[in-house]
Amino acid sequence: MLTIATGNKAVAAAVRQANPAVIAAYPITPQTEIVEQMAEYVTAGELKSRYIPVESEHSAMAACIGASITGVRTFTATSSHGLLYMHEMINWAAGARLPIVMANVNRALGPGWNVWAEHTDAFQERDTGWLQVFVSTVQEAYDATLMAFRIAEHNDVLLPVMVNLDGFTLSHIMQSLETVNPGDFIPPLHLPHAIDPAHPAGYGTLTGPDDYFKFRWDIERSMRDSVKVIRETEQDFADRFGRSYGMTEEYRCEDADVVVIAMGTLGKEAEVAIDLLRKEGIRAGSMRIRWLRPFPTLDLAGRDVVVIDRDYSFGFGGILAQSLKAKHRCEPYSVIAGLGGQEVTYDDIAGFIRDRKPGEEYWFGVKA
Amino acid sequence: MFEIRIHSRGGQGGVTAARLLALAAFRDGKFATACPFYGAERRGAPVVSFVRIDDKPIKVYSQIRTPDLVVVLDTSVMDVVDVLQGLKDGGKVLLNATHGGDLKGHKTYVVDLTGIALKQNLVVAGSPILNTPVLGALAKIGIISPESAKISISEMFSDERNVRAAEAAYEELVE
Repeated sequence: MLTIATGNKAVAAAVRQANPAVIAAYPITPQTEIVEQMAEYVTAGELKSRYIPVESEHSAMAACIGASITGVRTFTATSSHGLLYMHEMINWAAGARLPIVMANVNRALGPGWNVWAEHTDAFQERDTGWLQVFVSTVQEAYDATLMAFRIAEHNDVLLPVMVNLDGFTLSHIMQSLETVNPGDFIPPLHLPHAIDPAHPAGYGTLTGPDDYFKFRWDIERSMRDSVKVIRETEQDFADRFGRSYGMTEEYRCEDADVVVIAMGTLGKEAEVAIDLLRKEGIRAGSMRIRWLRPFPTLDLAGRDVVVIDRDYSFGFGGILAQSLKAKHRCEPYSVIAGLGGQEVTYDDIAGFIRDRKPGEEYWFGVKA
Repeated sequence: MFEIRIHSRGGQGGVTAARLLALAAFRDGKFATACPFYGAERRGAPVVSFVRIDDKPIKVYSQIRTPDLVVVLDTSVMDVVDVLQGLKDGGKVLLNATHGGDLKGHKTYVVDLTGIALKQNLVVAGSPILNTPVLGALAKIGIISPESAKISISEMFSDERNVRAAEAAYEELVE
């Protein structure tokens, strides 16, 4: 069905179709619309989920963990400070190999108190063992949420997945949305280590170094295997519903001498900048990184690279730029832009590319 | 791409007007995005929201700097905000007012949305509803079709007075 919806409503529509048994959530701007909508679905009887209103985000994730370990599908949503308040449980969810799906509406961290888009909240959870995807349109928010359940629950993955969408810029914008009938796209969940009273087992007991080390390696092995699962899931989604995105969405990169790399809505607006530059005769392309974890491999050889970080690691640099430097041995022009919802237009992005200084870092809108 | 900036005060329904307009454009078969600019809003503060309409998918998320049309739901914001800022040459203005004339050479349309809302008794929490009648005015200007304006309003509001108010605004718009 073709309709028009906000990013938040698109996520809620996908979760309703994924039909989780348990939703535990705490409201926080700009995510609240998602959990309000889920609560409305449950109240109206359109969704048979058990909706657990909790007293904090830490409890929201704890409730999801408790439900998930019984082998049922679970969902929660949060943002910014709520995400960080969950941090301990976020680690637990991945370590316990629970395929929880969470929507995180990216928002800056206070103080100064700020409710607008930034990616530092999600980036601070990058080492927890969660898969993380960043979306750029209302349609993609819906599609990625449906795919997240299948990827998380795949037997070769069994790790939680975070679907990230930019606060307000995407969570509150209205765009067209085509919903699908998922059919059997998301198979029933079979959690091999689910609690089973017939076969009692210990959970969360003290684990010695030898076993702990194996568990950690097993997370990494599944993270590596998840690349294949993501590709298969994307392919099946494309075959059934006609839309695909890839690990990284490339735009006019075939003959590009310079590529701009960004995430979320900035990565989509960058495509407009590329069209502008192409008209000027500059062979530029855009790579919108979708998956922060597992981190993609990009074709950057022989190209100038401009990276826009909507995040920062103090005393180190833009997290995306540093990751690309480490992985691809490139010397990107590192642009720090869009923090706290700072307005960045396609004209600005075209300017970053025109005026690039490889190896340097530039804070947009700040006088040095 | 056709870009519209809507000026209002917090609580007057400018954001909903943007959503209704995008929905109507979408029902016309166009691509449309509606994005409110969320600031430190409170009831009564000047606010803006944006609508983009195009024949192809819209990839722009930043604010509208050079609108093709400016809609002012509350002319009192014009004392504190330059509503014509960035308006394109040949750009148009729609004012919720009882009378007016072209503003700085821009073709200006006038319609008494407040009066229409009061006549239909479309009042919520003491404020007249402006966001449904304004769709009628926008249809008359040709931004959306009258049919899609009605469909859009009916999809979001069940009270038929909203459609009647839009019809009145369609009839009463003055160039």
